[in-house]
Amino acid sequence: MVDPVTASRLQFAITTIVHIIFPVMSMGLAPFLIYFTWKEIRTERPLYEQLRRFWTKIFAVSFVVGTVTGLVLEFEFGTNFAAFSTTAGELFGGPLALEGMMAFMLEATFLGIFVFGRDRVSDRLYMLSSIAVGLGTWLSAVWILIANSWMQTPRGFDVVVENGHRVVKLTDPLAAYFNPRFPYMFVHMQNSAVESVALFMAGVAAYYVFRHHIWGYSIEHIDFWEKTLKIALVALLITAPLQVLHGDAYARHVSETQPQKFAAMEAVWETDASVPEYIVAFPTELDELLNPRTKELFGIGIPGGASWLASGGDPQAMIRGLESFSTEAPPVAIVFWAFRIMVALGFWFILLAFWGAYRWRRGELFDDDLLHKALMGSSLLGFVAVEVGWIVTEVGRQPWVIQGVMRTSDGVSPGLTSAEATFTLFGFVTGYTLLLGLYIYVVGRLIRAGPPSRDSLQTTTESHVDSEVLDSD
Amino acid sequence: MTDLGSLATEPLFGLALPELWFALLFFIFGMFLFLDGFDFGVGVLFATRDDHEKEQLLAAVGPFWDGNEVWLVVFGGTLFAAFPAAYANLFSRHYLLMFAILAALGLRGLAPEMYEERDDDQWRRFWGSAFVAGSTATPFLLGLFVMNWILGSATILTLPGILAGLTVVTLTVVDGAAFLGLKTRGSLRDDASEYGIRAVVSYLVLAVITLCVTYATAPSLRSSFQSPVVVVLVLVTGLLTAGYAAATRQQRYYLAFATAASLVFTLVALLAVLMFPFIDRATGLTVRDAIISTLPLNLMTIMTSVLLPLVLGYFAVLYFAFRGPVERVGMAD
Repeated sequence: MVDPVTASRLQFAITTIVHIIFPVMSMGLAPFLIYFTWKEIRTERPLYEQLRRFWTKIFAVSFVVGTVTGLVLEFEFGTNFAAFSTTAGELFGGPLALEGMMAFMLEATFLGIFVFGRDRVSDRLYMLSSIAVGLGTWLSAVWILIANSWMQTPRGFDVVVENGHRVVKLTDPLAAYFNPRFPYMFVHMQNSAVESVALFMAGVAAYYVFRHHIWGYSIEHIDFWEKTLKIALVALLITAPLQVLHGDAYARHVSETQPQKFAAMEAVWETDASVPEYIVAFPTELDELLNPRTKELFGIGIPGGASWLASGGDPQAMIRGLESFSTEAPPVAIVFWAFRIMVALGFWFILLAFWGAYRWRRGELFDDDLLHKALMGSSLLGFVAVEVGWIVTEVGRQPWVIQGVMRTSDGVSPGLTSAEATFTLFGFVTGYTLLLGLYIYVVGRLIRAGPPSRDSLQTTTESHVDSEVLDSD
Repeated sequence: MTDLGSLATEPLFGLALPELWFALLFFIFGMFLFLDGFDFGVGVLFATRDDHEKEQLLAAVGPFWDGNEVWLVVFGGTLFAAFPAAYANLFSRHYLLMFAILAALGLRGLAPEMYEERDDDQWRRFWGSAFVAGSTATPFLLGLFVMNWILGSATILTLPGILAGLTVVTLTVVDGAAFLGLKTRGSLRDDASEYGIRAVVSYLVLAVITLCVTYATAPSLRSSFQSPVVVVLVLVTGLLTAGYAAATRQQRYYLAFATAASLVFTLVALLAVLMFPFIDRATGLTVRDAIISTLPLNLMTIMTSVLLPLVLGYFAVLYFAFRGPVERVGMAD
């Protein structure tokens, strides 16, 4: 049996780690789909219709699995974190409700038209639907990140005791909703979603281009994959450098507003000046290797690097150590390594983008087998970067569920038993593993099947007549 | 602090906002039960169809069901936003039941999408059964949940709850059959109508039994039952049942669909009347106790009064774009 607090935390962690994949897919695909639709309508080239249809299918599957997993997440606040929901409901519930009404509704209703309605509605309404779907996915992120960023840098509220419970009362909605963390989180998240999808597209396209140009296989619709690769590379070239730029500003913001999280990211235990930026670090004792809170570290670092990062340019700046906080440190090793993996991946993506751009400029984009292999190998790394990024954010803020206001362990439902929590935890691990396996299987099949053939595209006019006839009866 | 004037202290236009939000909450639940209700009903009837007709059923609900299901998300969000204490108490108390509902909904959500992914028999049989199971289990569990909510019961399996679950399943079949009346033609429509009429009779019988059993076993609810509104709503249900059957017999499918919608909203109104003035009887929380403070409530009211008409507009566009029957099986690809 797992105790209810640990089980609830694990359960929530699993739910979010799996769920985030699908919104990232939707948010990242959205701008591509809008572009494909626009080009399809403007140029009437079958290539763009293929692109739109192929990636829409992947969008639709991601949307369904995202809805299923997201619904669970919404209800988990009530089932597992009832004390948190009672305390913070006045502030936290509003954004969730508004996400549903403002964003999710827009996305879900127009997705119906976008997936099924190409030959049913006018070009104008169809274009509008693709924009509505995209806007819906991005607005969802606005409200969800408002809720999350408020927990990181809470503003605009009072805490009062009501019926024996500590309750958060909203006093200044603008300060609460547009709290200091929100813009950093939103920009970093949206850019990473587009970047992840660009990497995914590039990896998939590289696979077909590689087989065709390097191995000499005859690949149907090779122009489709060549175009996909080029579009993905352009997107990567824009998003990858940006991600590191605002990531740097974000880290500085964290060091100002959540110094305990920043100390965990750098594994700084004692307050010190001129703190080095460790590239890697290991416990000096071998049996401490698996202890996430271990302290005696052996590391290789850049002198003054962490101080330089935290202060924005001063290698001698002071960094507050974890020992100086009254609350227990988060599992430092997890945060430390997750942060390093994220940063390393961020730089790798920039390298990939420039490498691709260089080859493209020289007209060798389809000939460099090493580049194709690198792209294929990196196709899922964008998602890995998003996951470790969220681990830094969420594990790093522990023990707080609302920074400085409420601890995570105090937020768990008081009546929850170990048996219930363990039972559902087991259910989650099984269910979510199956769900993820199924998703990977289905997306894999869609990719192997490739784009719809061009013969099947020319049916639109025919079925248009068909539906006109039906409408009149 | 930003100056928000009287928004922070006075209810918007002096309205009784807690009651208004209670009504809104049930309206949203009604929209879910009506719209996703016909998806569930179509899912139940899926079990009775052959392969070609199954495709038609999926094509009929295809463009709609994603949007329909979002009403449940909005319901959860609204309960959380307006009555957070009730949301927290209710969901944590019915912990296992909530997870059963989510699992059933998940199955129902995945199944039609998966069904279309491959066309070999074994795969389709599996996901077809999953679709039927999810579509039956979800309304059943929701009925059980809502009845337990009204009763203020802490146990999962209660007799009125089980009866309410069965009642809701028959109602979704009524709803689904009416929807198929609009979206199909020929023998499929005739069969659906036949099921719809049988379901509506079962619904009336089950609803009356459920109410009697609830009255007999839950003394705390008796005073709510004596409200004349309850009598009126039960009578209206009887009339609507007859109206549904007559409209279906006369092949007036729009009328049948409208009566099905009215049946759903009558049921939801009945549930609201039985629950009021509590939002969570088990903890004694009334609507007035559980509501959030004036400032966020006013803001939510302003936002919702803008957003809800917009959302209804999206649905109008969607339903208009896909009006008329699905003769051709026209999936995305």
